[in-house]
Amino acid sequence: MFADTVVAENRLKNPLFLAGIALAIAAVIWLLNPTVLMQRLLEQEDDIGQMQRVIVSGAVAGAIAINLLVLSLLPRMVQRVLVYAELFAIVLAFAAVFDLDFAFIVEKLPYMVSQGVVTTLYVSAISIVIAFCVAMLAAIAKLSTSELARSVATFYTSVFRGLPLLMQLFLIYLGLPQLGFNITALPAGIIALSLYYGAYMTEIFRAGIMSIPQGQWEASRALGFGFGRTMMRIILPQAVPVVVPPTGNMFIAILKDSSLVSVIGIWELMYLSRNLGSATFNHMEMLLTAAAIYWILTIILEIGQSKLERHYSRSSSR
Amino acid sequence: MQPDQTASIISLQNVSKFFGNFQALTDVNLEIKRGEKVVICGPSGSGKSTLIRCINRLEAHNGGDIFVDGVRLHERMKEIQAVRTQVGMVFQQFNLFPHLTVIENLMAAPVWVHGKDKAKSREKAMGLLDRVKIADQAEKYPIQLSGGQQQRVAIARALCVEPQVMLFDEPTSALDPEMVSEVLETMMDLARSGMTMICVTHEMGFARAVADRVIFMDKGQIVDADSPEAFFAGNRNPRAQAFLDEILSH
Repeated sequence: MFADTVVAENRLKNPLFLAGIALAIAAVIWLLNPTVLMQRLLEQEDDIGQMQRVIVSGAVAGAIAINLLVLSLLPRMVQRVLVYAELFAIVLAFAAVFDLDFAFIVEKLPYMVSQGVVTTLYVSAISIVIAFCVAMLAAIAKLSTSELARSVATFYTSVFRGLPLLMQLFLIYLGLPQLGFNITALPAGIIALSLYYGAYMTEIFRAGIMSIPQGQWEASRALGFGFGRTMMRIILPQAVPVVVPPTGNMFIAILKDSSLVSVIGIWELMYLSRNLGSATFNHMEMLLTAAAIYWILTIILEIGQSKLERHYSRSSSR
Repeated sequence: MQPDQTASIISLQNVSKFFGNFQALTDVNLEIKRGEKVVICGPSGSGKSTLIRCINRLEAHNGGDIFVDGVRLHERMKEIQAVRTQVGMVFQQFNLFPHLTVIENLMAAPVWVHGKDKAKSREKAMGLLDRVKIADQAEKYPIQLSGGQQQRVAIARALCVEPQVMLFDEPTSALDPEMVSEVLETMMDLARSGMTMICVTHEMGFARAVADRVIFMDKGQIVDADSPEAFFAGNRNPRAQAFLDEILSH
């Protein structure tokens, strides 16, 4: 992003602007009318009257507006920590509304991890590897001079980006057995994830390869490099830093979309989160626990990605 | 097939090149002898870059024949590969490999393409870096060097595979004026060592000092070819004269 030398003025310091913001927020809260939350706030069992509705909306909005003002006046690092803390507190408050049975969560957690997380992880990992290989081949095919290769690869990306993942999952799981391939749920799930995300990653790799300047190809050819060596030694090493951010995105997406294979009966995290709690009606406990686990796994992937990005920025900085 | 020493190392016979409907080269005939230094000049769009890029097959000519060291150039990979190792090229935009250090740039072709021993290649590469006076930058990345330094590395890199001919495609056109002379120095040094050189350039001082022949191209044809003395001392050809006047007035 281009950081211009002109510093934008902090409009929150203008009392009229601040009042306007507070009024807007109050109006939104009033319109949404979250009665359960308001009852919790006022600690009352009776219905919320009209007057109470207005007062609560106004008070909450005022608090939010003042909070925004104070945040904007603090130094940058403090702002960052406080904003993360406040947003996280909101998430926790959301969870707290449900009166969760923590003993239940603690009882089920080991099984969720040993069965759910492990299955989620290996389904995702295998799919990532296969999708990566498929994407590399298809990207090179799409860029090659062979019309056969190019047409096959283009057809592949069109079909597998053209159908919803859930639909592809069903088509593979239910369709292949009818053709004589007796496929079980696990391979079906992995195949569907790999082919779907392979198609998206094909486009990412293709763009990454095309982003390398033509001069790199010319210099390699002039030195006697053939196509294979140029790709392996000159082009792909330069394309890797370019594709790390979007590919990291894809890996995170695969991790979360592995949840879809729950619909064909694979006992990964999502499946367990819906089934473990249903007998005793503890749905929210299991869903929120699984949500927290998915988030933690994703954060780990994000940290890995940013480490990779920093590693590759070495040779491009003076 | 051993060519005799007085024969041409590069021979272009009635060469034509089309880009779609546009004719970039029309019936070009050119013979270049071993050890000869040829400067090609002309207005932009005259086909000078296209001409030398046809010699190492970065462009494919449509008509006529090109022979490099006795090998006839056509689409077959084997011939093209053989030619490319005999013909080195230096580009206007340097085209160094940014993810490799300077010394790795030089060692890339000998080690990865020709399978030469790594230690010996490194020695040879350091020797070449010494020759272009840039040995102290061996472990740096191209982005850390100035334009003039990068171009000298590019020259050393092309020399590392021991070509018989060096092609220069406007090597100093992308450089700041104060760096042009260090690169021209390097090229003159190379010329004195006996290398066959074909240079597309606007640097007329270089042409005067080093060239055996100056060739003027316009609209895809060779319009004039002379020794530098004759070329600069008042020209028969009006187009060449006009171009010279334009260039030398700077």
